[in-house]
Amino acid sequence: MDKKTRKILVDPLHVNNPVTLQVLGICSALAVTTKLETAIVMSAALTFVLVGSNMAISALRNKIPGSVRIIVELAVIASLVIVADQVLKAYVYDISKQLSVFVGLIITNCIVMGRAEAYAMANPVGKSALDGLGNAAGYSAILILVALFRELFGSGKILGMTIMETTNNGGWYQANGLLVLSPGAFFLIGLIIWVQRWISPSIQEED
Amino acid sequence: MDFSNKYIVSFSLAVCLACSLVVSAFAVGLKDRQEVNKKLDLQTNILVVAGLIEAGDKPTAAEVAVIFEDIEISLYGRESGERVGDAPPGYDVNALMADAKTAGKGASTASMPGVEDRARVGNLPNQLLVFRVRTAGKQCWVLPVWGNGLWSTLKGFLCLEEDLKRVRGITFYEHGETPGLGGEVDNDRWKAQWHGKGIYDPAGELRLEVTKAGKALDPEYQVDGISGATITSVAVSQFVRLWLSEAGYGPFLRTNGGA
Amino acid sequence: MDLLNIFIKSVFVENMALAFFLGMCSFLAVSKKVDTAMGLGAAVTFVLAVTVPLNNLIYTYLLKEGALAWLSADLATTDLSFLSFIAFIATIAAMVQIVEMTIDKFSPKLYSTLGVFLPLIAVNCAILGASLFMVQREYGLAESTVYGVGSGVGWWLAIVALAAVREKMKYSNVPPALRGLGITFLMTGLMAMGFMLFGGIQL
Repeated sequence: MDKKTRKILVDPLHVNNPVTLQVLGICSALAVTTKLETAIVMSAALTFVLVGSNMAISALRNKIPGSVRIIVELAVIASLVIVADQVLKAYVYDISKQLSVFVGLIITNCIVMGRAEAYAMANPVGKSALDGLGNAAGYSAILILVALFRELFGSGKILGMTIMETTNNGGWYQANGLLVLSPGAFFLIGLIIWVQRWISPSIQEED
Repeated sequence: MDFSNKYIVSFSLAVCLACSLVVSAFAVGLKDRQEVNKKLDLQTNILVVAGLIEAGDKPTAAEVAVIFEDIEISLYGRESGERVGDAPPGYDVNALMADAKTAGKGASTASMPGVEDRARVGNLPNQLLVFRVRTAGKQCWVLPVWGNGLWSTLKGFLCLEEDLKRVRGITFYEHGETPGLGGEVDNDRWKAQWHGKGIYDPAGELRLEVTKAGKALDPEYQVDGISGATITSVAVSQFVRLWLSEAGYGPFLRTNGGA
Repeated sequence: MDLLNIFIKSVFVENMALAFFLGMCSFLAVSKKVDTAMGLGAAVTFVLAVTVPLNNLIYTYLLKEGALAWLSADLATTDLSFLSFIAFIATIAAMVQIVEMTIDKFSPKLYSTLGVFLPLIAVNCAILGASLFMVQREYGLAESTVYGVGSGVGWWLAIVALAAVREKMKYSNVPPALRGLGITFLMTGLMAMGFMLFGGIQL
């Protein structure tokens, strides 16, 4: 793999992470991270949609008229999301029940739209697919990291398996209720951003 | 790049057509599987609350169908408490909930005198769905219940002993309460508390209730609430009581030997 | 009474931004100044107020299982609800286009400040989210109108409050790595905690 290709894949993981640096896709990301399982399924669904839409848009990039660009992109993305939603409902019904409307909200996940606009419209299919994969991986990394902390310290479990028995179940661990509530997710992402920018000062903001 | 209007329109149409073809193909192709899943999910919950399988077991549709042969699914008149007949094939809780809201098949709690609907159940069906488990040694009754908690509608099943005087168990198959707080209605330890609680006292008064956390003084009838989730606990108490009251399953319990 | 209940709930208790994390991208990106935040908040509220009831009509009369019964009896069992995502987003995109043209015509100043974020309203999750929640909670037409307005007002309130805090933040000495996005997340977390206090309200 040459340097450029690797850059497309690796950059979104850290120095150009879609969630913590481009501020994209936070909406649905935070709501599904109380459990690791839902976060993983959500990441998989987003990876499928993002790679698919990047490839489709990139293949059509010279044929899409500018005036209907947005709506064509939305149509492609929405179709992929519906497919993902239907597949989840058919094969992992339990989890799709927990994800509720948030699978549908991938349509409005700014990452998908943002990458289609910013990258796929100007680059060939192969590169766009890699870009989609890289960004999906960056998103998934944050999602899984946040979910890991929230599930472990919020309910003492990892992937539903009890690691620390909580007092509610007669164990010793007093679960941290803040983490399973919405503010906990904001604090965690704020802290992740802090650590990231402390490691790489080049991505700090002037502000 | 310049495109003619004709091209733009035909391009948009082509995209729409392609997208709708893909979407419809998937939707139609996966529909059967989804329906099976939905049905299986409900049936599994009924089996869990009735103690026929362990919580966490994932039986296949075929296994569930075998166990369900011993379960009689009937409709009872809500006001009369009399058995109306077998539930039509395929009639499930979702159909029941839809019926509750349909004029003529359900009635609003606001129209019932003396009924206080604090958990905003809203509408009760005129014919109640009842699952009677006849499996030897595990005989019991399973009743669907629902009502609003803090954030969401909680939907669940209440399982009563064969004599209809005591609770065997409760389960919620769908809710959106705060994970870790109200969401603890899913907690097996909390649900286990319901086992053996009395419903009506000998004087015929509805006594079963969920109290605030740590305030359950009468182990005969009171279930201790979830700490940190008073609103959810109180709501569960309110709608379970509404369902077991004269407006809900009360007449059914009386005609069949309970209360 | 029920309508008032839905309104208050959607503004405070179930605040789109702070309880459901919806519309976060523009929430964080356009909250540097109170003026722009006001403008975007107003636009979002307007779009929500129109699209939620509109989508409600589309869902009830076209997509829901049995909804096509008014067309012909043969269609009484047709269930098109799997098309709801695409129908909703199309309605929203069209509405956003109209709002964009209107703002451009009547207030070029607002148009230039909102700039790129107008098209982004189309992909603002709060707007699609409200339509999807409307379906999930089985609201009627009147309820969905109130719910749409309420969610919009709630989001508006949240973004203006955040922008006001961020304006003051300029004078604070924040650790360099936390500047900008990091501190904004922490603040949003604190605001979300504040809004949780409304959770206990029983109406």
